[in-house]
Amino acid sequence: MSQIPSPASFLRGRLLSLCLLWLIALLGCSEGPTSDSSYTMLQRGNGDEPESLDMHKTRSTEAGDVQRDLGEGLIGYTPAGELVPAAAESWQLSADGLQYDFSLREDARWSNGEPVTAHDFVYSFRRLVDPDTAAVYVQSVEQIVNAADIVAGNLPIDALGVEAMDAHTLRIRLQQAVPYFLDLLTHPSMFPLHRASVQVHGAAHARPGNLVSNGAYRLTAWEVGSYIELERNEFFHDAANVAIDQVRHHVTSEPMAELNRFRAGELHTTRTIPPAAFQQMRQDRPHEVRVSPALGVYFFGFNMTKSPFANAPTLRRALSMALDRETIVEKIIGRGEAPAYGWVPYGTPNYEPRRYDWAEWESEARYQRARELYREAGYGPDNPLQAELRYNTSDTHQKVALAAQSMWREVLGADITLINEEFQVLLANVMQKEVTQIVRLNWNGDYNDAQTFLGTLESTNPSNFTGYNSDEFDTLMQKAATRNDPDVRKVFLEEAERVMLEDYPLIPIYFFVNKSMVSEQVRGWGDNILNYHYSQHLSLDGKQGVSDL
Amino acid sequence: MTSLSRYTLNRIAGAIPTLFVVIAAAFFIVHAAPGGPFDEERRLPPDIERNIERAYHLDETTAEQFWHYLRGLASGDLGPSYRYRDYTVGELIAGALPLSLWLGAMAMLLALIVGVGAGTLAALRHNTFIDRAVSAVAMVGISVPIFVLAPLMVLIFAVFLNWLPASWTGTAGPLRLVMPVIALALPQIAYIARLTRASMIQVLGSDFVRTARAQGLSTVTIVRVHALKPAMLPLLSYMGPAIASVLTGSVVVESVFGIPGIGQFFVRGALNRDYTLVLGITILVAVLVITLNLLVDLLYGFLDPRIRRR
Repeated sequence: MSQIPSPASFLRGRLLSLCLLWLIALLGCSEGPTSDSSYTMLQRGNGDEPESLDMHKTRSTEAGDVQRDLGEGLIGYTPAGELVPAAAESWQLSADGLQYDFSLREDARWSNGEPVTAHDFVYSFRRLVDPDTAAVYVQSVEQIVNAADIVAGNLPIDALGVEAMDAHTLRIRLQQAVPYFLDLLTHPSMFPLHRASVQVHGAAHARPGNLVSNGAYRLTAWEVGSYIELERNEFFHDAANVAIDQVRHHVTSEPMAELNRFRAGELHTTRTIPPAAFQQMRQDRPHEVRVSPALGVYFFGFNMTKSPFANAPTLRRALSMALDRETIVEKIIGRGEAPAYGWVPYGTPNYEPRRYDWAEWESEARYQRARELYREAGYGPDNPLQAELRYNTSDTHQKVALAAQSMWREVLGADITLINEEFQVLLANVMQKEVTQIVRLNWNGDYNDAQTFLGTLESTNPSNFTGYNSDEFDTLMQKAATRNDPDVRKVFLEEAERVMLEDYPLIPIYFFVNKSMVSEQVRGWGDNILNYHYSQHLSLDGKQGVSDL
Repeated sequence: MTSLSRYTLNRIAGAIPTLFVVIAAAFFIVHAAPGGPFDEERRLPPDIERNIERAYHLDETTAEQFWHYLRGLASGDLGPSYRYRDYTVGELIAGALPLSLWLGAMAMLLALIVGVGAGTLAALRHNTFIDRAVSAVAMVGISVPIFVLAPLMVLIFAVFLNWLPASWTGTAGPLRLVMPVIALALPQIAYIARLTRASMIQVLGSDFVRTARAQGLSTVTIVRVHALKPAMLPLLSYMGPAIASVLTGSVVVESVFGIPGIGQFFVRGALNRDYTLVLGITILVAVLVITLNLLVDLLYGFLDPRIRRR
């Protein structure tokens, strides 16, 4: 016992030596990679930590952005967001729209030098639908022959309608024409997997040292909570046009901290720009603020299954018309978002979004009509509407909710209570449809097609938040789903959106924008609605990337 | 067996039921929270949801899951993480703990040096300008939250002055430690300074110090030889939980500086309903608190001879 010095004697007169010790320890723990100046290294702010790098276990944008650097699907996107051949060189679609034959590039290689073959794709697709994989992103391939039955455990995985005709020809059979099927193939879930390494390493196959990938980069380090580091894959078929040697995707969960890191010169690009700093950045660094339309909509949904909003289209319409969306996007959000008077964002291909007829009205005329509708619905000064608006914890959501509350009070005299909930609680309540009356949510498209927005309102869709159930809408969506001709399909989809908007199951508020700080050093950053920015298209300073050519 | 080692063994044995209660409470509380680890706006179709629930044992009843978890725990397995799906909870903790321990130890050391120093100084200059200045700064240190201070430090020292890196990955050198360690230490410095000041004032007013003064001893000798030891007693009881909390990191400091530490796992694990991760960290913190409290109680004996004799 006596060997251990008592803390008091330890402290006594030794403050100075302790200070010294602390400094030495501080200086002594320098570590980390040494930097080589001939190397180009791209530092990207990537937002939250990706949940996984296993192609079949993710659906977050953060994971997808790293996975698109690591892997390559049959089809990819240009910096402008147009489809281009990637691992597939060309493809043919049968006349009935049900069978794709893809010819794969013969020079495609894994990061260990082995060739990428059609069998690797077959293996990956089968693993994706295998119930034991418990993949989260399977619903997008459910139109592949037998996929749904395999997921449900009714058929073996080799019954899947994906076959290797030879080493470089892949056939995919669909049970129903899917006009946006090529877009789906750009998702990391549809990338090939290196069978041998997945089988050897199992759940740990997506870690540095284990992961064999076929994209422009390979995984070299993963510091959970800090960064994921990639290095150029020398075996990549287009390696000659990959300008950046090393990429770090940093975890930046706090937008303000991310912006400070950018301003200190530690990041080349950011995931987002916090609203509080947006105007200042636009003033101070206008050339580095990048804003472009996004595939997402911010909205309030009604609970269509419970009083007071069930069977009350007039009331729902009054609430929608009473909201001044322009004030919300300009005064509260202020990052270039577009006020939403419809559900499907601008910029979806082969589609003319529908809008409310009153979208163009003067605000006074709108409010006048809103008040009339409110009275028609049986409410008035003596009998104001009393309802709750739920939102999840966030500065922006709170501000929007407060604005909506005061607009409803001012225009209609409605008495709306705000309730703040943690996101998982909010979601659980939305799905139960018991306590929720009005709820703030947003919806982001997975692929660039109107279907990804309209589909959520079908009565059978698991993501149907509002409980909207319209036979007319469902029938139109069904008709659209079975039409292969894009022009015919477009008519049905547009009509479906019109029908749904007239029913007012939700109040669209604004369409999102993609917003990032992009250093002036970075070349090749293209604005696109999906917000995909493959590192292989970027370069630093004068070094040319493919996209600049 | 000496009485001390018997005492220690008793304490360790007594800790086991405490730990079990903590685990059980944490388990049922996180499972009772609405929502699950795989819930998102984009709902999963029922077949897919079923497959995922089966793969992660979420289709079992909570009691079955608890039994399952305890069995794993008995063999040292903390289970897979639901949020970080390529890792097990054990791997995540093992990966992040060394850095958190290191940073926490540095921060605690800094806090002790500065806090005890400032507190003693304030006590010696009781009711003077220095005393009030120390108290005021400590008050600010306690009341200004670190999520305000840390970004402000970054703005000043990294963005405007460019003296220090804004994040952990901004440089490979030791400079990257400076702001995180200070940010972790600041609230502790404030607490320790206040505790030291209060207890030092009391000790300095006690009879044995007056006797020492009457014997003509210098102030420095009085503080070093006689006053510091008893004045440390209240501080010591604070140190157990404080060290445990500093060693397990801070979600704010970690997310502001991009540090791959333990702190983020707790908060994000709870928000994402990553049941196993929350439980793993809870167990870690509980073990640390129990161990440190035991250590503190043993240290009391060294500091106060009256306790030792009992």
